[in-house]
Amino acid sequence: MSLLEVKNLQVRVEEREILHGLSLTVNQGEVHAIMGPNGSGKSTLSHVIAGKPGYEVTGGEILFKGENLLEMSPDARAAKGVFLAFQYPVEIPGVATMTFLRTALNAQRKARGEGEYSTPDFLKKVREVAARLNIPQDMLRRGVNVGFSGGEKKRNEVLQMALFEPSLCILDEMDSGLDIDALRVAADGVNALRSPDRAMVVITHYQRLLNYIVPDVVHVMSKGRVVKSGGKELALELEASGYAQFEDAA
Amino acid sequence: MVDADFVMNVALAKTEPGRALSDALSLAGDRLPGAGKVAEQRRLAFDAYTRIGLPHRRIEDWKYTDLRALMREVLPLAATPDAAAISRAASALKLHAIDGVRRLVLVDGVFAPTLSETGSLEKGLAIGTLREALLSGDAALQARLFGLQNPDAMAALNGAMMTDGVVIEVADGVTLTQPLHIVHIAGGSAPSAMFTRSLLKLGNAAAATLVESYIAADGAKAYQVHDSLIVSIGDGARLDHVRLIEDGREAFNISSHQVTLGAKAHFNSFGLTGGANVSRYQATIAFAGEGSRAETNGVNLLNGRQHADSTLVLDHAVPHCESREIFRSVVDDRGHSVFQGRIIVRPHAQKTDAKMMTRALLLSDEAEADNKPELEIFADDVTCGHGATTGALDESLLFYLRARGLSEKEAQALLIQAFVGEAIESIANDDLRELAIAAAQRWLAARG
Repeated sequence: MSLLEVKNLQVRVEEREILHGLSLTVNQGEVHAIMGPNGSGKSTLSHVIAGKPGYEVTGGEILFKGENLLEMSPDARAAKGVFLAFQYPVEIPGVATMTFLRTALNAQRKARGEGEYSTPDFLKKVREVAARLNIPQDMLRRGVNVGFSGGEKKRNEVLQMALFEPSLCILDEMDSGLDIDALRVAADGVNALRSPDRAMVVITHYQRLLNYIVPDVVHVMSKGRVVKSGGKELALELEASGYAQFEDAA
Repeated sequence: MVDADFVMNVALAKTEPGRALSDALSLAGDRLPGAGKVAEQRRLAFDAYTRIGLPHRRIEDWKYTDLRALMREVLPLAATPDAAAISRAASALKLHAIDGVRRLVLVDGVFAPTLSETGSLEKGLAIGTLREALLSGDAALQARLFGLQNPDAMAALNGAMMTDGVVIEVADGVTLTQPLHIVHIAGGSAPSAMFTRSLLKLGNAAAATLVESYIAADGAKAYQVHDSLIVSIGDGARLDHVRLIEDGREAFNISSHQVTLGAKAHFNSFGLTGGANVSRYQATIAFAGEGSRAETNGVNLLNGRQHADSTLVLDHAVPHCESREIFRSVVDDRGHSVFQGRIIVRPHAQKTDAKMMTRALLLSDEAEADNKPELEIFADDVTCGHGATTGALDESLLFYLRARGLSEKEAQALLIQAFVGEAIESIANDDLRELAIAAAQRWLAARG
């Protein structure tokens, strides 16, 4: 059984169809890259998988571990192991990062029928991961993402990924707004999380990110569909020739 | 005592609310302590009340809190609590006990010595009851008790009917180490009204912490709290103050405060309203000496059909004083939150620095919040500012939290806590801040 199966997905936003029958299969342990021009529906796909309100699914289905994902609330999806690393992580003033991390982790564990982490275990785990990602302790005491730089926000997403141990990570334009050094740190964090029981879907406009997070499979999206799939060399090909050929094809 | 003139005057009350009150008063009988001058003051207060009766929406200050529609009538004076009421109050008290404080308990508007701690007072602390003060013949003290300036109808009614309360004095230079906790408990007898007035005087360079709680014993339902507090803070003195309205969901709570600050004094005040059906907190904070500072902050947490009104007047009568008001309201279902903040800067009060910020969070389409800031500035060298916002929870923040595994209610609770956090953070005293956080969490937990 595949981890994620998107079948003939059709999605509308405010009466406009964005995805026109998109299909995608991701197996455990695989890293998939989804590339495509702006407006091709990449971010819509990531939002629909995570359960963001405002999208109307008019056809097709999404199975996650064989279950109908579209019937689950966003929090139920998170507890099942879906993690969306946001392109623009929000700032939440007044909610300390530590409080947020702990509340989220325990909510997921509770939903799965697991016990809550004890405070010392939790603190130890967060400190360990934070150190690895070069996240200073004082950042954890601040409001979630408040006053964080672009790179810090993305590292905070990776920190959560490491803490929640999801089975599917969707990285939505992780490279946007990052300079090369910040990108490398974030990508190293992601690479450390690659594992045979975890799949990743890396959504990006540029090939650059894929130099750091090397995918097993590359898909090209255009106008709401996957128009071509191939190995990692497909990304390099795109870098050389651009998206225009696929826009014509689609 | 029975004052014949007074009773007659009551019987002559013409207005509808006046008639309701005259019923209340005829039942009050000789339970209103004080003769002579006190009775005369009661009569004046009563006249002031009957001229208006229960305030209604055509009276500007009560525009959003139409008591004539909401309260309809003043209930009869509560009976003196019997042993059963005291015992129910004792049980309620256990649930709201705060460690390390000196408890002063009023049950159904009557001071309850058995539930209070008046023994082994710290040096420089004097505690008496309002009843004693009214019976004492201490003219100076009584003048202070009737010293509410420009009382409105409800403060006047409170003055006419007040039966008991606590009278606290802290001597010059004394810092109380133990916070004072005045607890108002509705004892659960028949629907009735309690009328209390308390006095707190901090001497020069004194410091104290005052907590006020309003709670209900089992069985207390449609009762009315009519309370007032007169505070004077001496030169260089400091008062930390928290009030928690956790009355029963059918109760009415009408409280009037008057706070006067001397020179270089400090008043840090925070109020949280999560209980009561209808509540109104009206406070006048007056600067009488230069170089003083007041923070009067608050949070309303309302749902069902709750109505809570905070009406504050900051009276900058002298130069070089600072005032800060941070107010947050969270309104769910058909709740209604009202914040009226008036800042008066009198002609000579140069270098006044006054700021007021109020924000409302509406959790349902039928929730309502009215914010009315008013600045009356008669001096030309001042810094004054105000702001008011009303909005819903940010959908993008809610989705972020839900995508991380928080249920809708959990996500809302976290964001609500953050929203009220700024007002709660303003509580200077750590223990008091914890109290307020716990009260807010109780409200969120009850919300489910």
